[in-house]
Amino acid sequence: MKAILRFLVALSSVVVALPATAALNVFACEQEWAALAQELAGDKASVYSATNALQDVHKVEARPSLIARIRSADLLICSGSELEIGWLPLLLTQSGNARIQPGSAGYLEASQFVPKLEIPKVVDRALGDVHPSGNPHVHLDPRNIAKVADVLTERLVQLDPANAEAYKARASVFLERWRAALSRWEKETVRLKGVPVVVYHKDMSYFINWAGMREAGSLEPKPGLPPTPAHLAELVERMKRDPAKVIVYSPYNSPRAAEFLSERTKIPSVMLPFTVGGTDKAKDLFGLFDDTIGRLLATVK
Amino acid sequence: MYRKGTMALAVAAALGLPHGATAQTQDELRALREQVRQLDKRVQEAEATAQQAAVQASSRPTGENAMNPAVSVILNGIYSNLSQDPNAFRINGFAPTLGEVGPGVRGLSLGESELALAANIDHNFRGTLIASISPEDGIGVEEGYIQTLALSYGFTIKAGRFFSGVGYQNQIHAHAWDFTDAPLANRVFLGNQLNEDGIQLKWVAPSDLYFDLGLELGRGRQFPAGPAGGRNKNGVGSSTLFAHVGGDLGTSTAWQAGVSYLSTSPQDRTFGNLDSSGNPVNTNSFTGNSRLWVLDGILKWAPNQNPTITHFKLQGEYFRRKEDGNLTFDTTGTAQTGGFASVQSGWYLQGVYQFVPMWRVGYRYDRLNSGTTSLSAPLTAADFPILAAYNPTRHTVMVDWSPSEFSRVRLQAASDKSRSDATDNQVFLQYIVSLGAHGAHKF
Repeated sequence: MKAILRFLVALSSVVVALPATAALNVFACEQEWAALAQELAGDKASVYSATNALQDVHKVEARPSLIARIRSADLLICSGSELEIGWLPLLLTQSGNARIQPGSAGYLEASQFVPKLEIPKVVDRALGDVHPSGNPHVHLDPRNIAKVADVLTERLVQLDPANAEAYKARASVFLERWRAALSRWEKETVRLKGVPVVVYHKDMSYFINWAGMREAGSLEPKPGLPPTPAHLAELVERMKRDPAKVIVYSPYNSPRAAEFLSERTKIPSVMLPFTVGGTDKAKDLFGLFDDTIGRLLATVK
Repeated sequence: MYRKGTMALAVAAALGLPHGATAQTQDELRALREQVRQLDKRVQEAEATAQQAAVQASSRPTGENAMNPAVSVILNGIYSNLSQDPNAFRINGFAPTLGEVGPGVRGLSLGESELALAANIDHNFRGTLIASISPEDGIGVEEGYIQTLALSYGFTIKAGRFFSGVGYQNQIHAHAWDFTDAPLANRVFLGNQLNEDGIQLKWVAPSDLYFDLGLELGRGRQFPAGPAGGRNKNGVGSSTLFAHVGGDLGTSTAWQAGVSYLSTSPQDRTFGNLDSSGNPVNTNSFTGNSRLWVLDGILKWAPNQNPTITHFKLQGEYFRRKEDGNLTFDTTGTAQTGGFASVQSGWYLQGVYQFVPMWRVGYRYDRLNSGTTSLSAPLTAADFPILAAYNPTRHTVMVDWSPSEFSRVRLQAASDKSRSDATDNQVFLQYIVSLGAHGAHKF
């Protein structure tokens, strides 16, 4: 018993003696927020993304490596709205880190700062894995990226006041580039207005809403449930009455259901990057939207 | 004639003949364009209003019950087909524990239901209460603890009743197990599942490689401590130390390995000698020291860490226990006391593979080693038939189907050689569902 205590004391003194790292540690739940933090903080922060573009962020294991990273985080940025409910609460309670608990400046839920879509009127699990506070995949509306950038800049300034000027300067450069890109994308997507699209999961809703497209169906029978043969057969029938012009899916989805529907209906299918890193061209947030729009325009002739 | 003319005109109109209508069409087009513009404007206005409404709807509800904790209920039911009488269940070679270790009743039964409430208490603490509602014994507290949120430097303190951090599977709730029942080693060394009243201090190292250290001080209310309910004394009845290290291997594999040590000094820990139909013949009791070492390892593979389509999980634990002290034979009869010492071990290894979405198959192998047991006079080995040397084994296979994250149906078959004289062939068909708040499961 005494030996144990002595060991613990010795160990904690080693920890206290560890040098504090200069950079702000940012823990992002998703690639898009990691990319945004990188744009705004540059070399002032060390940014870690808990997930990659090939992961379904609804279903992530609370792995030891994630606990190790969140333990040392100064700022956490996640989509929120229950998207990470299966794993983030566990990471938070196991982190032993007060800086990033809900309610503190180091906890940022991006979806709280943008207008939400698809807030269900009825919340019932029989409807699938619905998110009671609305669709959490907010990053695919480029206007939301600008809104979250403002909030993130404020938080960076608050948490690391020594580098406040650097953050503000980077933010204004980024937002200027973003506004320019946004007006270009708005022109490019004119051709997509009203185009009916079949999605895999309701993860494209914000893009569809922004680009003025129309969702004509989803490969999942209900949110979060994998496609079933019966539902796909029904979709084939529905496409005969109300044909979509394109079927889209994300890199973390199996392409099989989209390919099946595409073969039966002769509607082209295309994988969209969904987040940064989802395709080779989606290297950053600009690339994400360039490639998403580019792929859609190339498919919808 | 007149009627014929009218008819001709009507037909011409119906066919849409371009009868000097150019100017008129231009006007109509202009009017239509204006109408479309108006409609477009109205749609945009409606969208803006809808968005406004959506923002308003996303604000939290107000009122007294807005702060309700997250509530969830686990229901499970089971059909058991057992070739041997479960009332006579025993694990030969090992002293019976005080816990519920048998395979349950035959036929259809409702399993233990679980009611869980959890919420942040304030900015400093989080509280969790998990009640188990057994169809026979009423309500029990499975876990009820508070946990710190605001300690920094990687420290967390838990206090109350919680599943001990000894080993790997012990901390996981039964509804999240990959098999219907606990490994044999958990049954003989931890009385199925050890939940202790006490306090846990845990520290996570500030390194990219995961490393944690934990210390638990408990009342000693359950096997391997004793007597049941804990000793009548101030201070600590059992203490546990654990450490884990874990990380990722490449982009698809995550692992964790741990070592734990549980030390307790049971006093009058009783166990019965049973006859062949499971009735106690006499009661014996042990007083001394019990020390348990557990090594555990877990490896999870999922392509690009995306477990939705396929994934594989390998889990294993090795237990080794040393006990020494005094054993009393037939406490209510002759009450002879002599020296007792034993070194026993056991392990299991299990693999679970999801081969297509929703469907998993699994295999588990259990083995216990009754090791060495020594008794000193006046005790003789014949006094304790249950402790006669025997190495129990069990093979288990299962297949389960999870149509959503909230429901699972499992079919499990096992060939259980816990008893030295008979093989129990077991078949379980089970459902496990969860209602309410979305649970989060430990790695």
